[in-house]
Amino acid sequence: MNVVLPGAALPAGTCDPVTPRGIPHRGGDVNPSADALRAEFGDAIVRHEVTWGETCVWIDAARVREIVLWLRDTPSQQYDYLVDVTAVEHRDAGLPMEMVWHVRSLPYRRFLRLKAQIDAAAELVVPSIEPVYKAANWLEREVYDMFGITFTGHSDLRRILMWESYAEGYPLRKDFPLRGRFSRAEQLSQSLTANPEAPYSMEELNVVDAFHELPADMRERLLRDRGQG
Amino acid sequence: MGLMPASPSSVVAYDPPSQDGWVTTRLEFLVNWGRANSLWPMPFGTACCAIEFMATAASRFDLARFGMERMSFSPRQADVLICAGRVPFKLAPVIRRIYEQMPQPKWVISMGACASTGGMFDNYAVVQGIDTIIPVDVYVPGCPPRPEALIHGIMMLQDKVKQTRSLSNQAQYDEIAIDPTSRLYIPPARIDELSEPFGNSVHQTRSAP
Repeated sequence: MNVVLPGAALPAGTCDPVTPRGIPHRGGDVNPSADALRAEFGDAIVRHEVTWGETCVWIDAARVREIVLWLRDTPSQQYDYLVDVTAVEHRDAGLPMEMVWHVRSLPYRRFLRLKAQIDAAAELVVPSIEPVYKAANWLEREVYDMFGITFTGHSDLRRILMWESYAEGYPLRKDFPLRGRFSRAEQLSQSLTANPEAPYSMEELNVVDAFHELPADMRERLLRDRGQG
Repeated sequence: MGLMPASPSSVVAYDPPSQDGWVTTRLEFLVNWGRANSLWPMPFGTACCAIEFMATAASRFDLARFGMERMSFSPRQADVLICAGRVPFKLAPVIRRIYEQMPQPKWVISMGACASTGGMFDNYAVVQGIDTIIPVDVYVPGCPPRPEALIHGIMMLQDKVKQTRSLSNQAQYDEIAIDPTSRLYIPPARIDELSEPFGNSVHQTRSAP
């Protein structure tokens, strides 16, 4: 087991990190987590492939939450860092859409890409992994905002980049025209009637209620500065 | 207002025979001189133009020479709104509100291609020129403009301020007339006309494939 905890010194005999060179486009070293996933989850794992040295595992979208939970909590995996959540829609109308999750294991220095096909013709619903990774909150909101994919189990699923009352659809979908659906005057009129403070919920604006959830140093600073403006 | 040329009655020309009273014109000159040389800017920096704006304010180009070194981060104490960078639709109500909060007389400099026309961002998210939201006095071209270009625009604005009739001129205190339902201040047809695509981007159609 070559676990190196973040911040710990490298064990004796370990080489310094080097930039990998001569990586083949297809094939190469497979991330050992791919086989471990197949052994654990069986038919929820569709296939895996290695592209430019990075392993991509195709999974069943409906079981993503238990898969990432297992990847995070299993001592032999420890994928403790959710890098990105995004989606892909292909130009060919017949191809399904894809969900993409990037996870990284800092102790094992591994990177893993999980992908799942979702039927573009059906309702776009994917389980949220926010209960596993808090970082997925904003990432899934962005996917929802840009692609219109709904995440079940997300605590606060609403638009994040476009404003709340945005009515033109989902900008990164292939059927979305580059300039939007409405005329420029209509777009401007709709945005000018929006309330600039609407994207914030009252919980976000109210520091007093959230005081006990703040980090200790911030609490101290707020207490110290109280009454000074 | 805004896209319209100023009416002749609000422009003052320092032509001795046309002066109706020596004292009032001298007083007007003094007021304009004071205004033009103490334009406090409200920086509205959203992109790389703001970097050039900061360079303009820093020691090498030194906006203090124009009485502008005092950045006013409150619109209540600002005279000129310098919009440096692209304005997405989400910021449109913000810049409109900042403009409305500024006391009259007030001026706007649109700095750079994106603020003036939308620039290369001819897409669903970016306003195609801030003159569709608020009236603009000086457009500074460039992507981003060099500090010299911004200073040239500032000096053009100073010339404009010096030529404005500052006494008994109600027009300088008029707010923009906003349509209550659409919240626009110019006709929608003109916004569409101003936002027409140009150059290569005309080949990208609005309709879905």
